[in-house]
Amino acid sequence: MFGFSRTQSIAFVVMVALIVICPYVLYPVFLMRVLCAALFACSFNLMIGYVGLLSFGQAAFFGMGSYVAAWTIKAWHVDASIAIIFGGLTGAVLGLVLGYLAIRRSGIYFAMITLALAQMVYFFCLEAPFTGGEDGIQQVPRGHMFGIIDLNNDMAMYWVTAAVFIGGFLLVHRIIHSPFGQVLKGIRENEPRATSLGYRTDDYKLIAFVLSCTLAGVAGGTKALVFGIATLTDVHYSTSGEVVLTTLLGGLGTVFGPAMGAVVVTSMENYLAQFGAWVTVTQGAIFCVCVLAFRRGIIGELGALFKISL
Amino acid sequence: MRLTRRNALTTVAAAAALPLIRPAYAQSSASKSPTIKIGVLNDQSGPYTNTGGLTSVACTRQALEDFGVSTKGMNVEVISADHQNKPDLAVSIARQWFDRDNVDMLLDVPTSSVALALQSVVREKNKVYLNASAASSALTGEQCSPNFISWNYDTYMLAKSTGGAMVKAGGDTWYFLTADYAFGKQLQADTSALIVKSGGKVLGAAQYPFPGTTDFSSFLVQAQSSGAKVLGLANAGADTVNAIKQSAEFGLNKSMKIAALLMFINDVHALGLETAQGLNLTESFYWDMNDRTRAFTKRVLPKTPNNYPNMDHAGCYSATLHYLKTVVDMGVVEAKKDGVATVNRMKAMPVEDDCFGKSKIREDGRNLVASYLFEVKKPSESKGPWDYYKQVAMTPGDQAFRPLAEGHCSFIKA
Repeated sequence: MFGFSRTQSIAFVVMVALIVICPYVLYPVFLMRVLCAALFACSFNLMIGYVGLLSFGQAAFFGMGSYVAAWTIKAWHVDASIAIIFGGLTGAVLGLVLGYLAIRRSGIYFAMITLALAQMVYFFCLEAPFTGGEDGIQQVPRGHMFGIIDLNNDMAMYWVTAAVFIGGFLLVHRIIHSPFGQVLKGIRENEPRATSLGYRTDDYKLIAFVLSCTLAGVAGGTKALVFGIATLTDVHYSTSGEVVLTTLLGGLGTVFGPAMGAVVVTSMENYLAQFGAWVTVTQGAIFCVCVLAFRRGIIGELGALFKISL
Repeated sequence: MRLTRRNALTTVAAAAALPLIRPAYAQSSASKSPTIKIGVLNDQSGPYTNTGGLTSVACTRQALEDFGVSTKGMNVEVISADHQNKPDLAVSIARQWFDRDNVDMLLDVPTSSVALALQSVVREKNKVYLNASAASSALTGEQCSPNFISWNYDTYMLAKSTGGAMVKAGGDTWYFLTADYAFGKQLQADTSALIVKSGGKVLGAAQYPFPGTTDFSSFLVQAQSSGAKVLGLANAGADTVNAIKQSAEFGLNKSMKIAALLMFINDVHALGLETAQGLNLTESFYWDMNDRTRAFTKRVLPKTPNNYPNMDHAGCYSATLHYLKTVVDMGVVEAKKDGVATVNRMKAMPVEDDCFGKSKIREDGRNLVASYLFEVKKPSESKGPWDYYKQVAMTPGDQAFRPLAEGHCSFIKA
């Protein structure tokens, strides 16, 4: 199913089992943070891991998704599912516009264009009246899912978040194992050759970009619901940097890597918070160690160790 | 040691295991009879490290010591965390504190977006939330909460003291340097209104793009040519510091008075007196104000990371002390049960301590402390370390803040 290999199926079952068991052991709100970060990282991985496009502007789609979801549910009192869909649509539309401009270049130029465009989005969020400037959109009600599930209960919210994450995860997996995904990988390996085989690489890249942005928007929208806020932090370039770190740490171009990276990075933020200034230092140190000692990331190294593809 | 993969992995694993040890400690001590738990949530690694950070934690612990919790047979525990100015992280930590760690009172919390985000969490969990360092006056206005008290300042009070009191002291024509976003514009609008009300005049304003402006020279030249007596800096943090440095380079601080609308003694320390001299700013606490503030500073100073307390730190001390008094007054069990009742009792009891003297907490959660307009001393006038301020004017607590009716706090009408 979904093109999982045998080991991947086992890993997927383990992951789902962990998602089911964890809220009874660990704190659900923390886990929801992990799941949102994981979905965000999966969306980023789709672009860098499988198309080879390093975007430094992923926060723009995540943040705008979060703002729009928060705003629709607060101002229009829509259903939570609609708010999340609005978040995704925002990511898609924004991705289409920014992607159309950005995919014309590759490498460092692509990275810089995405960074510049994301900074414009940040500036827009700072100035636009509906975002509430640096105060953000506050006190967003979680409301109901499909009109029946009351999300004010943390556990109900958790299952919804988990479902959104698993849905997004399977979608990414399905995309990269489809013929379309094969073409993307072909483009990553050798773009001129893909062109010579008759593929319109720009179209492929744009579609991958939009898919990635849609998922980022969904992740942002879900996060806005979980925490009841949407703020400038989500569109800030440091969020774009963090998702790069997350994906690298977990394993670039692996299916499970981004989720693993999200677990590690979010846990560090959360559990090191009591040590004060050491959070950022530790993050930096771990990043250095990761790049020096295991460049394929945690999941990538594990896969290489057991000679399997995860 | 060669950096092999195995070594690296062991180190990472050991480091990852560290945080797991601490919660176990916390749980074992929580099993005793009711413990009051105070959670200090602030910035310990970013731009507000010196104005809040570990000094706030030290001041909170000082309040426990001065109150004498051990002699009164109480169990009080202080825990702290770094919210890294991320609202989502702060919400996640606060929820965890309330649900898992049984924290009763949330303290400090700088950065308005973070402070506002926590408002609904504390209300939902019915705990106590005492804010000693977020500037937004919306906290006791449109986004007020019956579980909340803002302790030592807000944007309105800064505007009123710096704007109003400076006009009375002779600075009656103003020119603003404003960061072009909601906070800067609001600060400019509030201050302008109070300047006009006090009989002064605003000659103009230069709005610069935010964030990212580091060169203020053209704006400063405009300010200089306006002929205004006072240059008002409606911005915060690094922008304020940069603007002050550059105006010192232009000699602007000789020809006009510079009023920073949001600044702390720690920022003055970082700038140095040579650059900061003549600057006007408002705080509600200065360590060298009277014998009581000096005594407090002397007690707490050995415990701070080489940092003198400002009004935010003093606010943490004062808020904790008053909270503990209230807890004793109504009983530990009762206080743990109901956050709104505790806050209501805090509002009913008069506040008094070494830092702010006597004050009163209004129904909307506004602690009415007096505000002081200070001028930064010249290097020649400063006699010792951190001897930075001389007092220009004082606004009593009942006049310093926005009137109750203008705040539009929802539960006041109800």
